[in-house]
Amino acid sequence: MSQSNIPQFLVHSPEDNVGVVVVEDLKAGTKMLGVITENDTTIHVTAKHDIPIGHKIALKDLKEGDTVIKYGEDVGRMTGGAKTGDHVHVHNHRTKRW
Amino acid sequence: MATKKAKSSADGSNLSFWGWRRENGRVGVRNHVIILPLDDLSNAACEAVANNIKGTMAIPHHYGRLQFGEDLELHFRTLIGAGSNPNVAAVVVIGIEDGWTDRVVKGIAKTGKPVIGFGIEGHGDIAIIAKASYKAKEFVQWASELEREECDISDLWVSTKCGESDTTTGLGSCPTVGNMYDKLIPKGIYGVFGETSEITGAEHICVKRAATPEIGEKWMKTFTAYQNDVIEANKVDDLSESQPTKGNIAGGLSSIEEKALGNLEKIGRNCTFIDVLKPAETPAVGPGLYYMDTSSAAAECVTLMAAGGYVVHTFPTGQGNIIGNPIVPVIKISANPKTLRTMPEHIDVDVTGILRREMTLDTAGDALIDMIVRTSNGRLTAAEALGHREFVMTKLYRSA
Repeated sequence: MSQSNIPQFLVHSPEDNVGVVVVEDLKAGTKMLGVITENDTTIHVTAKHDIPIGHKIALKDLKEGDTVIKYGEDVGRMTGGAKTGDHVHVHNHRTKRW
Repeated sequence: MATKKAKSSADGSNLSFWGWRRENGRVGVRNHVIILPLDDLSNAACEAVANNIKGTMAIPHHYGRLQFGEDLELHFRTLIGAGSNPNVAAVVVIGIEDGWTDRVVKGIAKTGKPVIGFGIEGHGDIAIIAKASYKAKEFVQWASELEREECDISDLWVSTKCGESDTTTGLGSCPTVGNMYDKLIPKGIYGVFGETSEITGAEHICVKRAATPEIGEKWMKTFTAYQNDVIEANKVDDLSESQPTKGNIAGGLSSIEEKALGNLEKIGRNCTFIDVLKPAETPAVGPGLYYMDTSSAAAECVTLMAAGGYVVHTFPTGQGNIIGNPIVPVIKISANPKTLRTMPEHIDVDVTGILRREMTLDTAGDALIDMIVRTSNGRLTAAEALGHREFVMTKLYRSA
């Protein structure tokens, strides 16, 4: 696979509303290539922040109280808003449990 | 060590490795002679014996006094299980007094392997160290002449538990272990997964992976008991920074549900679990995948699985957990390129290619199977070469 085909983010399921950055030093403004691993389709999202490797990006606009979907499953709720391409992490995402 | 060639190709048929077949028929991939303390007080004598007699290994730990009830039963099950593990050729047990020391000796003796116990009271450390050292020397010289034999892959018991997880473990290293189980469980190996608190948010998926509704019910009872008796009874917040850990959060995980779904990738697509084990319990219903009720703390969990009789451990990590075990080789698998760049000496199987879409899960699973066979044949894991011997007893409640 040539350098240009290496994805900057991966998504588990087509139902997910977040993806995972899989490259180091991702800068805000990068037009990212993403791959949904379940069906091997590609998508494009522009990063709004510098996002560390392993951290999540919003694939659609999310508002406070929305359920975060990853692996096609409920992984908690938004405690703040995030626009497409924004960083989703502990500052705006928390468990629904415990 | 690994001078004999055994088959490590993952093409399907006739996978084999070279191991030591013990008196009870189980096969080990290491040939340790261990000096096992009954209790915290006896660590010093055990370490002195291991220092006297080269090729033996002391296994110090922190407990063993004034425990009672289920906590005491777990203590004995863990020590007897560790001594009975087929990676151990022979055992010297040292305790502060004879009674409980003898209970551990009798438990290990059921395997048929050489085991002897010494109580310190009435003799003192120095006399006991001398007596135990003579016996340890005899055991290690005997063990050093035992030969490996070629064994079918079905003789292997392989455990799993991940640590310092991040989002790359759910994408890469955990499904690599799952792919391995999907290939090796049908060949007749024993597998095990656990980490009860870390199924939270994925329990509806886990319960469906039980082989029968009855086993699923047994699992749900175990899961609910942990939620109620451990988490709900003691929590002061939503466990942020404990579960997920600070390391998990640095790696991009932000809820227990997200962590749990990644964790569960370790059991693959097709395997079902055939029984639910108590901590350190030995599987008793034949080959297949088991669930063991454990903490998600790495050293506690791997110690319990070793005590259950598992001889090789597969350990996916994202941020770089460095754990090892004195009895069982711990194979580290990582898909995180930053971890491979910053601390590569800790990783045995590099599956970063999965994130670049250059490596399929099928290829990654084969690479892990190859490393399991090589490790079983004698290759030292990163954790073994670096001297990681974390042996940690699980304590259920305060002692009397």
